[in-house]
Amino acid sequence: MDKLINDFSFGTFFWMSVLFIGLVFLLKKFAWKPILDAVNDREEGILNALASAEDAKKEMQNLTADNANLLKEARAERDAMMKEAREIKEAMISEAKDEAKEQAAKMIENAVTAIDQEKQAALAHLKKEVAELSIGIAEAVVKKELSSQDEQIKLVEGMLKDVTLN
Amino acid sequence: MRRNFLMKKITLLLFLVSFVSVAQHDESSVAEATSKDKGIKEQVKEFIDHHLQDSYSFDFFSITNDAGEITHYSLPLPVILWDNGLKVFSSSKFHHGETVAEVSGNYYTLYHSKIYKTDASGTIHYDAAHHPTNIKPLDFSFTKAISFVFLVALLMFFMFRKMAKNYEKNALPKGMGRLLEPIILYIRDDIAIPNIGKKHYKRYMSYLLTIFFFVWIINLLGLTPLGVNVTNNIAITFSLAIMTYLITTFTGNKSYWKHIFWMPGVPALMKIILAPIELLGTFIKPFALMIRLYANITAGHIVLMSIIGMMFVFHNWIGSSLSFVLAFILSLLELLVAALQAYIFTMLSSLYFGAAVEEHDEH
Repeated sequence: MDKLINDFSFGTFFWMSVLFIGLVFLLKKFAWKPILDAVNDREEGILNALASAEDAKKEMQNLTADNANLLKEARAERDAMMKEAREIKEAMISEAKDEAKEQAAKMIENAVTAIDQEKQAALAHLKKEVAELSIGIAEAVVKKELSSQDEQIKLVEGMLKDVTLN
Repeated sequence: MRRNFLMKKITLLLFLVSFVSVAQHDESSVAEATSKDKGIKEQVKEFIDHHLQDSYSFDFFSITNDAGEITHYSLPLPVILWDNGLKVFSSSKFHHGETVAEVSGNYYTLYHSKIYKTDASGTIHYDAAHHPTNIKPLDFSFTKAISFVFLVALLMFFMFRKMAKNYEKNALPKGMGRLLEPIILYIRDDIAIPNIGKKHYKRYMSYLLTIFFFVWIINLLGLTPLGVNVTNNIAITFSLAIMTYLITTFTGNKSYWKHIFWMPGVPALMKIILAPIELLGTFIKPFALMIRLYANITAGHIVLMSIIGMMFVFHNWIGSSLSFVLAFILSLLELLVAALQAYIFTMLSSLYFGAAVEEHDEH
């Protein structure tokens, strides 16, 4: 301790303090402040850049998700449209079939009616013919009866033979 | 790059230190001892003592010619005394302690590397305990240690100024900055912020950075064969420690003082007992800082130089080689100590600053 106190030089202490305080202030103004500021700025810049990169990434992800959604929707819409078209087509086909069937039935019915009517007409015509023939036969019979009975019967029989063909 | 180069240079110089020391040792001890029959051990001891003390000139080496005349090669430094007026003269006037310096009618002499006022013949009066009783004038000399502090301050200023200027142009460090920036960031992120807190640390950064690099660089340069020891000077470490003390004291907040004088959460009687203890603690902390740095560097230098000195004591191949190897290993250890002491000083300073600005929750 004695040696320590003996070694202590006030002059050294004085100069050391002056020089050191001067050094602290000079370095503070000309070195530490610019260095620390620059380093801080750089660090903040890096942090900001990282944050914005992260944001951009998120945005990209959102966009991709949106795109996927859009695609999915479009696909669903297309499917729906195709399904609808198919249904419409089927409906049209079946409708056409039904109509055709109906038409055919109608035509057949018409034909049947026409045939019926023709038949009736033919029958009526036949009846008329038969009647006229009968009258003609009757006339002839009547005329012959007057001459001979045998002749009459022969005639009728002959005529009837012809008639039965009808 | 430059720092790497510096480190290489220092390592190389450590190899050389023994040889340079041989030269210095032989000649200067002859110069000091004047009697050649002194034992080698005394010479080594004297040389170490001389090395550990501050001096008024930059000694490079001295040569003794065949006739026994000694030529000193040294750079004299200015001596500034306050003795009824300012006295400024070159330390070359002392002729390495061999003559009395005469300045405007006053005579001064060097005795054990201290300046005493004396008469024309340089008489020293002693008291009973063999301490000189001559008047010691107030000494403001630019000694070896101070001139080295000045050089280191200049070096640091240009080094960090250059680094700072580089940031104006580009965001990334270049050259020396590549090595220095991680250290600066380490001090900020691992010393200042954890100990002081994010809110207040900026006020202390300049001091912490300056003190770290100053102590480190000056410790490293102390290991060179230039033989300049600055941090083993008690006045230097006192100056550094008192700055930490003053900064702690003047930036201390209300809570800090409350915890010293009226410790919350303890009984009143304990508060009265604790107050002087806590107050003493504020002085002991920087005192420990001062002693720690001083003692570590001094002890390192004494041990290293003793081991180097052992080479000459043994004076044979085996012993001297072993001493050399030991000295080399110890030099590497001293490199570590140089950085470690700078780190500890910075770390503890920031711890004290942290305590001064800490905001306590109510206990």
